[in-house]
Amino acid sequence: MNWFKYSSPQSFFPLAGRIALGFGALALLTCVAGLYIGFFRAPTDAQQGEAYRIIFIHVPAAWMSMFLYLVMAFWAGWGLAFNTRLSSMMASAIAPTGAMFTFVALWTGSLWGKPTWGTWWVWDARLTSELILLFLYFGFMALQAAIDDARRADKAGAVLALVGVVNVPIIYFSVKWWNTLHQGASISLTKSPTMAATMLTGMAVMAFGFWFYSIAAVLMRARCIMLERERASDWATRYARGST
Amino acid sequence: MIAALRCVIVRDLLLAVRRSSDVLTVLLFFVIVVSLFPLGIGPDPELLRTIAPGVIWVAALLASMLALQRIFASDHADGTLEQMLLGASPLGMTVAAKVFAHWLVSGLPLVLISPVLALQFNFPQEMLGVLTLSLALGTPVLSLIGAIGAALTLGLRGGGALLSLLVLPLYVPVLIMGAGSAEAAAAGIGGQAQLLLLGALLVFAGAFAPWAVAVALRISTE
Repeated sequence: MNWFKYSSPQSFFPLAGRIALGFGALALLTCVAGLYIGFFRAPTDAQQGEAYRIIFIHVPAAWMSMFLYLVMAFWAGWGLAFNTRLSSMMASAIAPTGAMFTFVALWTGSLWGKPTWGTWWVWDARLTSELILLFLYFGFMALQAAIDDARRADKAGAVLALVGVVNVPIIYFSVKWWNTLHQGASISLTKSPTMAATMLTGMAVMAFGFWFYSIAAVLMRARCIMLERERASDWATRYARGST
Repeated sequence: MIAALRCVIVRDLLLAVRRSSDVLTVLLFFVIVVSLFPLGIGPDPELLRTIAPGVIWVAALLASMLALQRIFASDHADGTLEQMLLGASPLGMTVAAKVFAHWLVSGLPLVLISPVLALQFNFPQEMLGVLTLSLALGTPVLSLIGAIGAALTLGLRGGGALLSLLVLPLYVPVLIMGAGSAEAAAAGIGGQAQLLLLGALLVFAGAFAPWAVAVALRISTE
């Protein structure tokens, strides 16, 4: 099988449509299942009561926000290094989804902080880093939007994303660097989990749900970018006329 | 190569001296922004002492942002930049020299005047050294990181606002360490850890930023 076949927008376009459809359906199923486990099956927390249930959205969203930035920087860097068009398109397609998850993580964190910490917002290291991550996403999108030439936009955005990727480890390690109000991570690979198994299952299912959603949303957006950039080509014209 | 570096630095400094109003504008901007805070917050000496490092650092961030566009803008406009891209000396070195010259013109004055401003804020005299040292270590990092943003936004419409959106989030670690060192010193626990981290940031940025700027310049001018 020739892997490079799908590095051209023309052959990737229909494939992306099929993958997006499949993962969209999967995302719907897993999110419904995850929310059901989170809101109806998971036990009430002894200390935080029902308010803790927001973590079933908050934690997976925060994971995705950081992970998507890495993926975006990876594709952007790949596009910069090998001058491939499709990877840069993927990077541009990931940015809005990543920004959305960052915003959701901040918003739900704020909703959780009010009943638990008694405040909507604290200037804690992790909250602050997440806010900076949101700014980084906005900066990436703003820079690409300001440049008319698509190839220059790709490359300039790639440099910015690679510079900004330094920030993601700072987010992750900030918990250890600054000893602040935000609790340490509850999930660890080396120690046994400190939360009930049902809660962990709910969170894992939600994380997969968000993951599948990201794949579907990003590929759909990538399809739009491909059509827009390749509008002069035959296949795009044929698609636009409705005779795929 | 050393001769080429010296040539770039001397040239940029000479240009800055011939147009000294640009240098003064940034410095005055810094002074005015710092002076606005007591007017907005109130003249309580205790409060001012607490916020002094933060205010001075934020003002330094904004002032250095304001000066950023000038690093490459005029060279880009008159074609000098393209000659530098084509030139024999490595672009990363040329960029490092330009950033250094830019810091001498726009960063160093802020460092030198900051003790005076800190005194206006009732900042303890014996801690002025820490604040000045943190600025001396931090402002070159601002110039280095900012140069990446300046190179990326070269010749774009709405450059100034866009530049701040790109660069200010990347300034955050410098701000935290810089203001943190002076605050820690004023609180009596010593700012050494933050100063060391600031120094590490400077070494890191000094090693990698010129290279990133060179890549960004090639992208912007191709």
